[in-house]
Order: sequence, then structure tokens, then C-alpha cells
Amino acid sequence: MITLDRPLTRHRQQAGCPPRPRGERTWRRRLPLLPALIFTIAVTQLPFVATLVISTFQWNILRPGDRHFTGLSNYAFVFTDERLRNAVINTAVLTASVVVLSVVLGLGLALLLDRHFFGRGLARTLLIAPFLVMPVAAALVWKHAVYNPDYGLLNGTLNAVYRLFGVANGPTVDWVSSFPMPSLVVALVWQWTPFMMLILLAGLQAQPGDVLEAARVDGASALQTFRLITLPHLRQYIELGIVLGSIFVVQTFDAVYTITQGGPGSQTTNLPYEIYLTMFRKFEYGQAAAAGVVVVIGSIVIATFALRVVASLFREEVSR
Amino acid sequence: MTGTTAAARISSPTVLRRLRRRRHEDPGQLPRLSPLWTFVAWLVTLAFFAPVAWMVLTSFHQESDAATNPPSPFAPLTFDQYKLLLGRDITPFLLNSAMASVFSTLLVLALALPAAYALSIKPVKKWTDVMFFFLSTKFLPLIAALLPIYMIVKSIGMLDNIWTLIVLYTAMNLPIAVWMMRSFLAEVPREILEAAEVDGAGLPTVLLRVVAPVAMPGIAATSLICFIFSWNEFMFAVNLTATQASTAPVFLVGFITNEGLFLARLCAAATLVSLPVLIAGFAAQDKLVRGLSLGAVK
Repeated sequence: MITLDRPLTRHRQQAGCPPRPRGERTWRRRLPLLPALIFTIAVTQLPFVATLVISTFQWNILRPGDRHFTGLSNYAFVFTDERLRNAVINTAVLTASVVVLSVVLGLGLALLLDRHFFGRGLARTLLIAPFLVMPVAAALVWKHAVYNPDYGLLNGTLNAVYRLFGVANGPTVDWVSSFPMPSLVVALVWQWTPFMMLILLAGLQAQPGDVLEAARVDGASALQTFRLITLPHLRQYIELGIVLGSIFVVQTFDAVYTITQGGPGSQTTNLPYEIYLTMFRKFEYGQAAAAGVVVVIGSIVIATFALRVVASLFREEVSR
Repeated sequence: MTGTTAAARISSPTVLRRLRRRRHEDPGQLPRLSPLWTFVAWLVTLAFFAPVAWMVLTSFHQESDAATNPPSPFAPLTFDQYKLLLGRDITPFLLNSAMASVFSTLLVLALALPAAYALSIKPVKKWTDVMFFFLSTKFLPLIAALLPIYMIVKSIGMLDNIWTLIVLYTAMNLPIAVWMMRSFLAEVPREILEAAEVDGAGLPTVLLRVVAPVAMPGIAATSLICFIFSWNEFMFAVNLTATQASTAPVFLVGFITNEGLFLARLCAAATLVSLPVLIAGFAAQDKLVRGLSLGAVK
């Protein structure tokens, strides 16, 4: 894993992990693992099998008599449905913009917090607050207290500034209706930037001090040091942030449900919200299940890529 | 390969010098920021904190002062909104949230501690594969499991039951906990365990009496992360509960649609439900990073 104090890591390696388990008493070794493994398989894998089965049925609970096997026709529907294709695109746009923007902002903040300045500890504490506020609460506050066209903080502040310069009234922008996707992205970037900042700050602080010192002695400029030493060192931390951020942001449900309800129209409907609508508004269980299977397959594709990133960090630690 | 040689290596002069050179949290060793950049840092910090500050401030205002344009930050302060909330119906929701988070966290620890033991201290064969199996379950979108879970839960009459949420939150957090706990248990000094084994202690005793006390910081960090994720979970809570088992986030969205908009009271409710996690997170800032990165970042 990503820690650069090699001697400590080596020590941990020797201390914690003996070379190989022996063949004898294999089951005694496995025993403590089994409850967690069985629980995970039962609660996370079995429902997926059920999803696979349901996805082959024509099944709308509003028409209870009409439940029958339809083979792959739900999948045919899923792949041709305009709304779902739209949801895939929205999910990609939302996830990519949130992750990229929060990594960039998080990096900037981490670089600032990696220096000593007045009130640094307090600033750090205040900066992680957005990540700790309950996501639903944060989404409601953004929607009603910040974006609201009549009395939201955003228009209110604009109005106050306009009046300061003698203009009678500021603009009345309905942020959520006029800019639905950016409104979502901003609220989510706000929430995820502290997460990225914490990971990247830990990365910066794990930099070996002597290398930086050597660079300074050799007369490297701050920019050169950053580009040639800090950034390559940070790469694995950035990758980790992107991977973990993507896992969570792809699943965004709270913010969409609260801020835009997927609208206007379906402009901000992402996959989790679309599946939710299919399930609990249209009651098309078969279609929802098929969409769920497609999402899982999509996630597996992304996950194999993501797992490779995590695996490379992990092997590095284990093999040290 | 005993702990003694490792300890000897650690205390060798070169290693000590390296360790000393490593830049730590001690701000005294960090280079100073220039006044201009200090200003920028604080400007960005305050911009990020503004929505939280506004939420808390509005929660102490009267409704008439909360929804004004331009905003009235200096309106008189009052506890009325909190009195209204606590005097009415938020308490059962908070209790449900507390129950779901605490019980699922305890369950996660009970499952993850032995599992982590079997993945680090006495590893099973192919333990890395098991690790990645756990992680891969985290990549499956929860929404894809919602439909079958909803149907199963409905058929066994467990809809609107807090134990349903406890089981689901346990499954949701278990992979994270296994990864974190493994990284912490890998640091438990070998000698301690060997001594316990010589004494002939069984696994439960070793885990509770020997491993748990040494790995306490790790257990605390794991509990914190599991608590945060369960406390904040919304999707399962809103779709699988109705009246009896609803948690705090469900209360929040419900009270908007049922009663129209009361901005000050909404902000009070938002502040109140966020408070446990804010306090826990602020108190354990240093543990947060390691937890969020599944134990990867120290």
C-alpha cells in the first residue's frame, strides 16, 4: 500500500504476515473468515442471482395476472430505450465531472494545507465539514437555502452585491431549472473535494523530506519540484482518489432524488435514479432488473480497471 | 524473521535518520505560506464552509428572517426551531438511525475482526483473492440489489423493520471494514501473539484479549467509518421503511413534502441530523483518511 517509509513497511511485513499457511489445519485457518464470507455472499451475491432471474420475466405489479417468462426481451428494451441510454450518458457526465473537479480542487487545497499558515488546523477542520454533513441534508440545504431563486443564498448575495453598486435588484436566476446538471455537479464537488483533499494531503505528507531537501539544494524551482518530484509521487494517491471517488459518485442517488428529481424532463436522471423510477414509479420489475444487470456488468468493466489500480498498490505493499 | 531483527533494523541509525527526515503532521517543520497565499487559503476555506455556516446560522433564525432577499445574517437568534423539532417527531427517527448505525457497526466488527485475522495474522491460502472478492462486492451498485432485496424483505414480512436496515448496512460496510482491519492487524507485533499461543489461548481469547486491545486505534477508525456510512445511508432507508423504522435522512426528505417549506426548521433538522457525524469526524480527523482509503493511506 502507499506508504513510503520502507523500513516500517518491511517491519510490518515481517511482523504481521508469516510466509505461507501450511496445508495442515487449513480449515482452522479458514474458520474465522467464514462468517464474514458467508454473510457477504448471502446478502450481496444472492440478490444478484434473483435479479438475473427477474430480468427474464415480463412483470409489472400493476398487472398481477400478466407475469410470464419473456427471455431476453427486457434486455432488448433496455438497450433500445431512449431514457436508459440518456441515463447512461448522464451518469458518465456526472461521475466524470464530479471526480475530476474534486480531484483538482482537492489537490489545490492539499498543496495549501501542506504549508504552515495562520489557523491551518482550524482551516483543515472547516474544510472537511462538507464531507461530514449528511448527504441528504447537504442536498436539501443546497436546493432550498442556496439555489432557491427567491431567497437562496446565491441570488441573495448577488442581489446584495448589485445593491451595493446602486443597481436596484440583482438577477433572479432559477439555478436548478436553468442549470440542472451544473447545480448537481457543484453540490457533489463540494461534498467530495474534502475526501480528495484528505487523501492527497496524506500523500504529500508521506513525501520523503530528504528528496525535497535535495531538490532545493540543487536549486530546483518550486514548479520544477512539483512537476518532477511531487506529482509523480502523488500519482498513486490521485489514482486511489479517482477509483474510490468513482465507486461512490457513480451510485449517487440522494442528491438526484433531492435536488432535481432527475429533471427537468430527464436531464439529470442518472442510472440509479432511472432504475428507482422503473421500479417504484412504473412498477416494471422485469425491466428494472434487466437495467440492474446491465449496470452491474458496466460496473464490472469499470471495476476490473479500478481493481487493477488498487491491486498494484496492494501488491506493492505485500511484496515489500 | 523474528520481530527482534525487525526492531533492530528500525532502531539502526540510518533508519532513524530517515524517520526523522520524514515530514510529519508537525506544522512547525512545514514551510510557511506567504501572506497572499494564506489569504487565498482562507478565502477558499471559508467559501467551502459557507453553506455549512449558513445552514447552522439559519437554523437559529425565525422563519421570517430565514427566507429574505437579500439574506439577513444578523437577524436575532433563537432556539425555537430546535424546540419545535425535538418537541415533535424527530426523536424516533434519530433513535432508529442510532440503532441502525450502532448495531450494524457492532455486527461489522464482530464479523470483520476474525476475518481480518484470517487474512493477515494467520492468512488462509489465496488470501489476496479473498480480499479482492470483498472489495469487488463494493463495486456492485446498491441500486441493482434493491429490487430483489425489496421483494425478499417484503415476502418475509420485514419491510419497515430496523433489523432489515441493520443487516443491509452490515453487508454494505463489511468489505470496507475487512480491508481496514486487515491493514491494522498486519501491524500487530508478532511476539505478542506468539506469547498468547504458547499460553494455549483459543481464537476468541486471542482476538478479544490480545489482538483487539493492540488494534484499538484501528477498531476505532473502522467503527467511525462504518458509523458514518450507516448514519448517512438514504436509498435503502427511503425504499424499505415506511413509518416504524424510518431513519433521520428519511425524516428530512419527508418533512419537506409533507409540510411545505420551512427553511429555518429545515436547516435546524439538517444541522441536528448531521451533528453526530460532524462531532465524530472532527474528533477523529486523523483516523478519517486511513478509513476512507480502506487502510491504504496512512
